[in-house]
Amino acid sequence: MQRLKLFIPLLVFVALAAMFFGVERRVQRGEYAPTDLPSALVNRPLPAFSLPALDDGRTLTNSDIQGEWFLLNVWATWCPTCHYEHPFLVALADQGVKIVSVDYKDNAKAAQRWLAEKGNPYVATLFDEAGDFGLDLGVTGAPETYLVDAAGIVRFRYQGALDQAIWGREFAPLIAGLAAPSAELSQ
Amino acid sequence: MRRLLLAGWLILLSFSAHGVIETYQFDTDVQRARYHHFIEELRCPKCQNQNLSGSDSAISKDLRRQIHQMIMDDKSDIEITQYMVARYGDFILYRPQFNAATAVLWLTPLALLLLGLLVWWRMAATRAKPKLLSDQALSVTEQQQLKDLLDEENSASKDGGNK
Repeated sequence: MQRLKLFIPLLVFVALAAMFFGVERRVQRGEYAPTDLPSALVNRPLPAFSLPALDDGRTLTNSDIQGEWFLLNVWATWCPTCHYEHPFLVALADQGVKIVSVDYKDNAKAAQRWLAEKGNPYVATLFDEAGDFGLDLGVTGAPETYLVDAAGIVRFRYQGALDQAIWGREFAPLIAGLAAPSAELSQ
Repeated sequence: MRRLLLAGWLILLSFSAHGVIETYQFDTDVQRARYHHFIEELRCPKCQNQNLSGSDSAISKDLRRQIHQMIMDDKSDIEITQYMVARYGDFILYRPQFNAATAVLWLTPLALLLLGLLVWWRMAATRAKPKLLSDQALSVTEQQQLKDLLDEENSASKDGGNK
């Protein structure tokens, strides 16, 4: 018994090493990012907003965009990751996904040029020059993407660029879940 | 030499003067104190371990501006804290409220302290055991044995002394 006690430090070391190795592997695979914060908004209503549209400056509020599930994508022209993400958003929009966006703390001219040059995947773009709506959303940077359901409840928030792998892993199952109850209701 | 030592001490004692310099106007010293309290106690949501006062990130700048705004609007401390937690979750508080998600943060040190006390108590008990045994009164036969041993010793040392 006394002998076995001598191995306790070794066992602790092995357990910790296994744990750290496991976490590190998940980080490498992109399944887990320690810097990602859980959003305080999940399962809460999308905050109320009243913001000018980027294209024509008309005022948009929640009632203008809510009604069916949609993605709310936070982007800006100063954000390099948004450049990387943009083609995937265009592809999603082509598949019929409704994407609303928030142009976060940006220059309107630069943002309009961006959409004209790279294609506009958004049904509407809210121009949040001061970042007030970003603050209400709990945005920490761009890009961030929120999944909002038909009732206007935020279901999920993703920090970072969307791509096919993340879409398939994180969003597709949730969206399938959103579609199911409404299908039942319509029957 | 003494001067050098003094200089060394002063360097060691000088507190790290981090923090960004922004000029916010306050009406009273209480408002200023509350502002500084908040930017020290709230964590930058973009950073892993920096408070708002120490962070240069854009989001920290916005949050400092927001705190200043709310203080000037006479919002209470609780309102400001709730505003922040509603948007950024418990992460933003360096001293999070106690709830199911933060229980592990609050209770782990206590659990480790209890574990340490338990180990200390067990070790102390083991060490004290031989002492306790010796305090027990000797039985008659043990006393006889002891007496025999002492007698033997005495006679032996006497013999040795004589020689």
